[in-house]
Amino acid sequence: MTSSLHLPRRRRGLNRRQALAALGAACALAPGAADATPEAARKLLGDLVKVAPKAGKVKIDVPEIAENGNAVPVTVTVDSPMSPTDYVRAIHIIADRNPQPGVASFMLGPDNGKAEVQLRMRMAESQNVIVVAELSDGTAWTATREVKVTVGGCST
Amino acid sequence: MSTDIKPRIRVPQGIKRGDVVEIKTLITHPMESGQRKDADGKLIPRMIINRMNVTLNGKPVFEARLEPAMSANPYLSFFLKCTQSGTLDFTWIDDNGGLYKASHPLTVA
Repeated sequence: MTSSLHLPRRRRGLNRRQALAALGAACALAPGAADATPEAARKLLGDLVKVAPKAGKVKIDVPEIAENGNAVPVTVTVDSPMSPTDYVRAIHIIADRNPQPGVASFMLGPDNGKAEVQLRMRMAESQNVIVVAELSDGTAWTATREVKVTVGGCST
Repeated sequence: MSTDIKPRIRVPQGIKRGDVVEIKTLITHPMESGQRKDADGKLIPRMIINRMNVTLNGKPVFEARLEPAMSANPYLSFFLKCTQSGTLDFTWIDDNGGLYKASHPLTVA
């Protein structure tokens, strides 16, 4: 009869796992969650920026491990003189595993003097932050940073 | 969450001509993402600040288009090259067409 002694414990374990699975599903089943893929992020990028971005010039300052997914501090700096003839036109920020990939777009110009923006963003889970900068000469530059999220900001 | 929507602006003091300074902005707003459900399991409709515009003496100097992935009480900072004194005007627009404005003097020595 040892098996019957073990049974309740096993069942409890299963329940716990089911509960965890249900929690995960609650996040995943949020509307639009089906779009939360790196493919959707790439598609949005293609819609926002018409030229293929090259790696470089963009620096993303974001914690490697974000404890609170509701407010992850992000600083984006683009290497540019911000002169009337050579400046950053736009900075786009994208997350590749949020319910929707878009985070924010910023329109800049020579009046800014320095191509840097700071914001706080939500992250539903661990994922990549992708930044693309559009320059006045028509080129686009990109950088990606991975962020591990301890508590996701998915439904809170 | 508070429904009291209040903008806050921070501009450095003692700016000299040609200085590049950081302008910090924050507006208290729930930024309801449209992903959350209420106690009855019904979706709470999306209600976010989707746009912020900044002008100096009427000339646009910064514009932000925001998505639900922006945190509540959206904080944004940007830089400005100060060549002239004047007035900075900030406008935030939310999904319901709500318009929130703030102004701040820019004094360049």
